[in-house]
Amino acid sequence: MDSVLTVNSLTMNFGGLRAIDSVDLEVRQEQIVALIGPNGSGKTTFSNCLTGIYEPTEGDIFISPTPGGRRRINGIKINRIAEMGIARTFQNIRLFSNMTVLENVMIGRHCRAKAGVLGAVLRGRKTRREEQEIVDRSYEILVRTGLADQADEPAKNLPYGAQRRLEIARALATEPFLLLLDEPAAGMNPRETDELEELIVRIRDEAKISILMIEHDMRMVMSLSNRIIVLDYGEKIAEGTAAQIWENPDVIKAYLGEDFHGDA
Amino acid sequence: MKASAEFIKSFFISLWFMLLTFPILVIRVNTIEKVVEWRWRNMAFIGIGSFLLSFVWRWLLSRKEKGRQPAETGNVETLPLGRRLLAEPRIYRPALTALALFTIAFPLLFSSYQTNIMTTALIYVMLGLGLNIVVGLAGLLDLGYVAFYAVGAYSYALLNHHFGLGFWAILPVGGLLGALFGILLGFPVLRLRGDYLAIVTLGFGEIIRLILENWNAFSFGPSGIANISRPGLFGISMTLNEATIYIYYLMVALCLFTIFVVNRLQDSRIGRAWIALREDEVACQAMGIDKTRTKLTAFALGATWAGMVGVIFAAKTTFINPACFTFMESAMILSIVVLGGMGSIAGVILGALILILTPEYLRAFSAYRMLLFGTAMVLMMVFRPQGIVTNIRRVYRYGTKGKESRPAQA
Repeated sequence: MDSVLTVNSLTMNFGGLRAIDSVDLEVRQEQIVALIGPNGSGKTTFSNCLTGIYEPTEGDIFISPTPGGRRRINGIKINRIAEMGIARTFQNIRLFSNMTVLENVMIGRHCRAKAGVLGAVLRGRKTRREEQEIVDRSYEILVRTGLADQADEPAKNLPYGAQRRLEIARALATEPFLLLLDEPAAGMNPRETDELEELIVRIRDEAKISILMIEHDMRMVMSLSNRIIVLDYGEKIAEGTAAQIWENPDVIKAYLGEDFHGDA
Repeated sequence: MKASAEFIKSFFISLWFMLLTFPILVIRVNTIEKVVEWRWRNMAFIGIGSFLLSFVWRWLLSRKEKGRQPAETGNVETLPLGRRLLAEPRIYRPALTALALFTIAFPLLFSSYQTNIMTTALIYVMLGLGLNIVVGLAGLLDLGYVAFYAVGAYSYALLNHHFGLGFWAILPVGGLLGALFGILLGFPVLRLRGDYLAIVTLGFGEIIRLILENWNAFSFGPSGIANISRPGLFGISMTLNEATIYIYYLMVALCLFTIFVVNRLQDSRIGRAWIALREDEVACQAMGIDKTRTKLTAFALGATWAGMVGVIFAAKTTFINPACFTFMESAMILSIVVLGGMGSIAGVILGALILILTPEYLRAFSAYRMLLFGTAMVLMMVFRPQGIVTNIRRVYRYGTKGKESRPAQA
């Protein structure tokens, strides 16, 4: 399978602090890759580098949205990266809370439409068709993510789990080839987590989207991921399948501390 | 139980006020007759007044709290009466027709003085609608909006003075110059938000005014520019009275045009991007929206209207000077947007009419005008921070439900 995302020795410094230290990572087509690590290990910084919020100090990030179409995306603006096909969700939910659920997803369609000021004012046939297409596609995504019933609700009125799903729906609307989920299960109850797991698998299988997931919920990470990468203090300390990671002594040390090493 | 507790609280408040005001309002030393007057009646007034005020205040607050609860528990909210009435075609059609007829007949029914006031109110409607794009939709607090108004006014005044260019030629030029200055202001403030943005825009407004005041060779300084031509109508010469009426109709037409354009803009892809930018800037960019371009269009399109209104203002008054464009004007326009309801067209129109017309018709109380204005603002912000008219989100037609697509504005 082809790789859609290749990161070569990515380093990110904040002044004198090295938040990420030459990390390599690869996501292949239709894979679910999980990035785990204790708090403060640089996972969110890593995702911020990928989506253009930070410009990495060193290293390269390559994407291949289509086989063969390889591009370096270091330091490209956030919105351009979203246009190129990396969509993300946020660790702390960042919905447009006063807009309706449907409108939130419609914002995701923004970069796939092109009506300008003049089009908006004249509202010709082309603009109207484009608008209706945005609405239809957005509604379709809501149906697929199970949020269609709440389409006209303000996003802030949704229960927590549904808000998380709406973030994913909004990201899907940008038609990504790679979806970056930053702690999607944070704060969810077990039932919501199960529903989320099912949704993520469905996104991969139906929409053929590769997924890079930052997560703390070990049960979900272990059951979903094709490959797991463990970060600690900005360095990659392990990489492998769920079973390999589960038994890796370095990982156990990073999570539980030195003393537990012998017992585990 | 609760009512009696409130009663006791209010009682103590009134006691406190009586004590506080005792030295000023009760005791009066008459130095001529060398006696002390005890004005106990004043104390009673203060006591009763503060008691009633505090009681009513508490009652309103508790009512507001109660009103908020059903929304939080997720119960089905019933639409407010006004909104329900306006959703009924049998009611809003005649109401709209009556309003249109009244607007058309206004200058024929009332004196030219009244027409003039109404034109001023309409000028502020248009300014409010323009600022509403920047503040209400895109959420960029702009305290220097008056600068664009000044740009429009001076562009007409100067071009008319030096080259004798007419109103109709300059109207679009004023709009374009406004947009240009909007972009000029927009570039340096792209990274700023909230308080910082407010301060920079405030400075920008002042810079424009100071330039106009001090660059005598260019703008004729504080003495301003007089004898600006009124708008023409195919070269027909008009009396002052006729010109007033003509400008009134012109303003009505321009207001309708503004409402039409702003309404379409806010229901479009760009309008949605503005609102998303207001709600969350980072998430908005992560969804592929170009922050730079979206912000600049908001500034430019907001300023366009101010530029155009500036041209009309100059043509209407036939005299302008920098004193017309002080920070007070910016504050007034912002108040219109906030009071009326941010992001709501109907709200802004209502806000402008209330804020401009009430002072005109309450000239009898002119000494207390700012006091009343301040009180109204404080009460408004406490009891209805979202403004007079809340902007409800548009409902789209989608999927199998075949819902009626109706605009948010009533």
